[in-house]
Amino acid sequence: MIYDPIDIALILAKIGLVFFVILTLAAYLVFAERKVLAWIQDRKGPNRVGPFGLLQPLADLIKLLTKEDFRPIGADKWLFYLAPAMAAIPAIMIFAVIPFGAPLTLFGHTVPLQVADLNVGLLLFMALSSIAVYGVALGGWASNSKYALLGSIRGLAQLISYELSMGLSLVPVVMLARSFRLSDIVNAQSGCWFIVYQPLAFVIFLISIAAECKRIPFDLPEAEGELVAGFHTEYSGMRFGLFFVGEYINIIVLGGLAATFFLGGWHGPWLPPAVWFALKVLSFAFLFIWMRGTLPRLRYDQLMHFGWKILTPLALVNIVVTGWWLVLRG
Amino acid sequence: MKILSDIAALLTGMWITWKHIFRRPVTIQYPEEKRTPYPRYRARIVLTRDPDGGERCVACQLCSAACPVDCISMQPGEEADGRRYAEWFRINFARCIFCGLCAEACPTLAIQMTPDFEICKRDIMDLVYEKEDLLIDGCGKSPEYNFYRHAGIGVTQQRGEGIEEKRPVDVRSLLP
Repeated sequence: MIYDPIDIALILAKIGLVFFVILTLAAYLVFAERKVLAWIQDRKGPNRVGPFGLLQPLADLIKLLTKEDFRPIGADKWLFYLAPAMAAIPAIMIFAVIPFGAPLTLFGHTVPLQVADLNVGLLLFMALSSIAVYGVALGGWASNSKYALLGSIRGLAQLISYELSMGLSLVPVVMLARSFRLSDIVNAQSGCWFIVYQPLAFVIFLISIAAECKRIPFDLPEAEGELVAGFHTEYSGMRFGLFFVGEYINIIVLGGLAATFFLGGWHGPWLPPAVWFALKVLSFAFLFIWMRGTLPRLRYDQLMHFGWKILTPLALVNIVVTGWWLVLRG
Repeated sequence: MKILSDIAALLTGMWITWKHIFRRPVTIQYPEEKRTPYPRYRARIVLTRDPDGGERCVACQLCSAACPVDCISMQPGEEADGRRYAEWFRINFARCIFCGLCAEACPTLAIQMTPDFEICKRDIMDLVYEKEDLLIDGCGKSPEYNFYRHAGIGVTQQRGEGIEEKRPVDVRSLLP
C-alpha cells in the first residue's frame, strides 16, 4: 500500500485535532460538572477565574502541575507511576475508532472523520476498556494503603461485571448492523436509530457505561466518605490529575460510543454531522452530571446483585429475542 | 410493581434536581456583596463608656471568669475616690470563640458584642486587642445605663442617692 504525503499529513492533523479537542473538552467537562452541580445545589459554582470562571480549568492545571509529586513509603515505585497512565491512555485510545462526522473531501482526498476505521472497532473498544481496569487495580494495589486497596478491589469487581453486561448489550447492535466496524454501525442507522429497535439494550448500555466510568450511582471504587478517595487516595499532583482527566475522557468517549451505537452517531437533520455528534456526546455528559447531582451511591452487594442478577440476564434475553426477531423477519 | 415505583422515585429525584438548576442561587458573593448582620450578632467585643463618658468597666473579673477559653485578662486598679477601673485589659481574639458569655456576665454592661465580624489579620499577634483598641467612645446597646448611678455605693454619690435606691435605714432607730 502506498501512502500519499497529503494523506499522511491529513491523518496526523486529524490525530492532533482529536487529541486537542478531547483534552480540552475533558478539562471543560470538569468545569461544567462543577457548574451544573452548583446550580443543582442552588449555588453559583466557580466564577472567579476569568469571565464566568471560564479559565478555572487552566488554574486547576497549574495547581496540579505545581503540586508535590508524592509517593508513599512502601509503594511499588514503577506500578505506582504507571497506573495513572494506564487509566488515562486507553480512554483516549478508544476515541480512535469512533466516527465523529461524515467523511469530508479535502484537497481531492476523502477524509473519514475517524482516526482508525478498524473492522473490529467494537472489539477494540471492549479490549481497551478492559485494559483501563488495570489502571484502577494497579493504582490501588501499588499505593500500599488500605483505602486504595479496598477501592481497587471494588473497582475490579465492578468494572469486570459491568463490562459483561455492556458487551452483551452491544451484541444486538452488531446483529442489526451485521458488522463490528463502527462506521458500518453508524451507516446502518441512517434511516432509523437503533434506540428504536433496542430500547432495552440502550438502557442496559447506559447503566453499564455509568458503572464503567465510575460515576455516582456506581462510584464505589472512589466512594469519598467511606474510602477517602478510593483507588487514587495516595496520588497527588498531576498523577491524580491523570486519573481525574481519564475519568472525564471516559465520559466523553463512552457518551460518544452510546451515540454511535444507539443514537445514529453523526446522523441527524439540518445541522452539520460533527455538530450532531458533539450535541449527542454533550447531552450524555450532561445526563451523567445530572445523575451525579441526584442519585445516592449503591451499596456493594446491591451493585453486584444488580449487575449479575438483573442486567446480565436481561441483556441475554434481549439477544435471544433480537435473534428470533431477525430470523422471523428474514 | 416495586420496580415501577422505584423507577418513578428515581425520576422524581431527577425532576427535582432539574428544577433546581434554574433556581436563583442563594450565594452571596462575599467581598463584593456583604450581608448586614443582625444588631445582636456576636462578633468583635468592645468596652463601652457610660452616658457621662466614664469607663463602665470596674475590673470585676467576671467576664474573665465566665470566658470558657480564657481569652480575657485584666489588671484592676483603684482611683483616689474608690472607683475601680482596669489598668490594662486584654482580649485575645485569636482564642475568642464569640460565645457572648462575657457580655452576659458583665454587671456594668461594659463589655459588649458588636456585629463587626471582619477582624482577620495576617499576624496572629495583631489579634491580641489591648484596652485602647477595645474601648469605644459610645454607650453601645444600652445608652442610658450608668452602673454607679444605680449601685455605686459611696463612690460617686452618697449612699441612697442612686436611682431606685432607698436611703439606708438607721438600724438603731428601729429599736423599741
